[in-house]
Amino acid sequence: MGHGHHTTAHAPKVLPKDKEKIKKIWMTALILAVVTAIEFLLAFTIDRGVLLTSIFVLLTFVKSFYIVAEFMHLKYETKTLIWSVVIPTLFIVWLIVALLVEGEAILYVRNLWQWYAGLVK
Amino acid sequence: MATTAVIDEKEKRSLWGGGVEPLKASYGKLMMWFFLLSDALTFSGLLVTYGLSRFANNAYTGKIEDFVPSADYWPIPEKVFTHIPFTHDPYPLVFVGIMTFILIMSSVTMVLAVEAGHRMDKEEVLKWMLWTIIGGIAFLGCQAWEWTIFIIGDKGRMLADGTMFYGANLHNNEYGPVLFADCFFFITGFHGTHVLSGVIINMIVFYNVAIGTYERVGHYEMVEKVGLYWHFVDLVWVFVFTFFYLV
Repeated sequence: MGHGHHTTAHAPKVLPKDKEKIKKIWMTALILAVVTAIEFLLAFTIDRGVLLTSIFVLLTFVKSFYIVAEFMHLKYETKTLIWSVVIPTLFIVWLIVALLVEGEAILYVRNLWQWYAGLVK
Repeated sequence: MATTAVIDEKEKRSLWGGGVEPLKASYGKLMMWFFLLSDALTFSGLLVTYGLSRFANNAYTGKIEDFVPSADYWPIPEKVFTHIPFTHDPYPLVFVGIMTFILIMSSVTMVLAVEAGHRMDKEEVLKWMLWTIIGGIAFLGCQAWEWTIFIIGDKGRMLADGTMFYGANLHNNEYGPVLFADCFFFITGFHGTHVLSGVIINMIVFYNVAIGTYERVGHYEMVEKVGLYWHFVDLVWVFVFTFFYLV
């Protein structure tokens, strides 16, 4: 089972480092760090609202693109694999929109009922 | 799906006829991707529930400086998450920024471990995987501290019967509606469980790298597969961090 005792087989040859690949990894890390820093900056300077939320969603999407495409290597896989991962996630966008609208509807009904209950004491 | 026929002298083998890898990825890697897809849908369900809860409650409409926690409106995260270990002054969102930095860095070290695995460089793989494991454990420690502070509470809130209630649990929340605490615990807890299982799996793979399993097998693809899982965990944190703490 190879628990520490040396077999007759020699260790596989270690290839030298690819400076370009490693540089690319650290560049991607830097991009992620910078985007996060921008998000923090915006969080403290711009007022909460639809604009800020949209910017956050956009920046988060940028970060997730870099993580999935570069770190998880999806950009370099076959097109079919890329699509079979990406297309189901598009349904999530629909889910988000649908449920946020539902949430607002619930709030509307809740406030309406509270107002009504206040009238008819 | 149209079959691509690869004409061979001896036999006709189609791309989807079996025996080959149509997506050029091994079975293990492919199944990891599909598992991550299903897990992404689960986390999306939880986060969207948080969005629904938030939109179903009144938003705070006053000035940020005048914010006072109340059950009538949703809390402002940068007023709730203000603590850093060993200090008593409020530093909004600094600690969660540190947590994000730790997790992203551990993802970077994981990519470097995978890169070293491609070159069959066992020592480098061990080094980078060790840093990844340390990063994961550090993140879990930070999250545990965050929960503790959240549960212990800050200024407390007067309940209807006159008693003061401090902190948050699944029934009461001094910072705002109870649903905020429920979602916080569930989502960050579910994510934290994923980080924990990721750390354990990373430890197992680390051990296997150390005893030379993958040198014998001839490739470090296992490191790549657990790397995918770890990056997914990081990705989910990016979303949780944005929707819970920033928005």
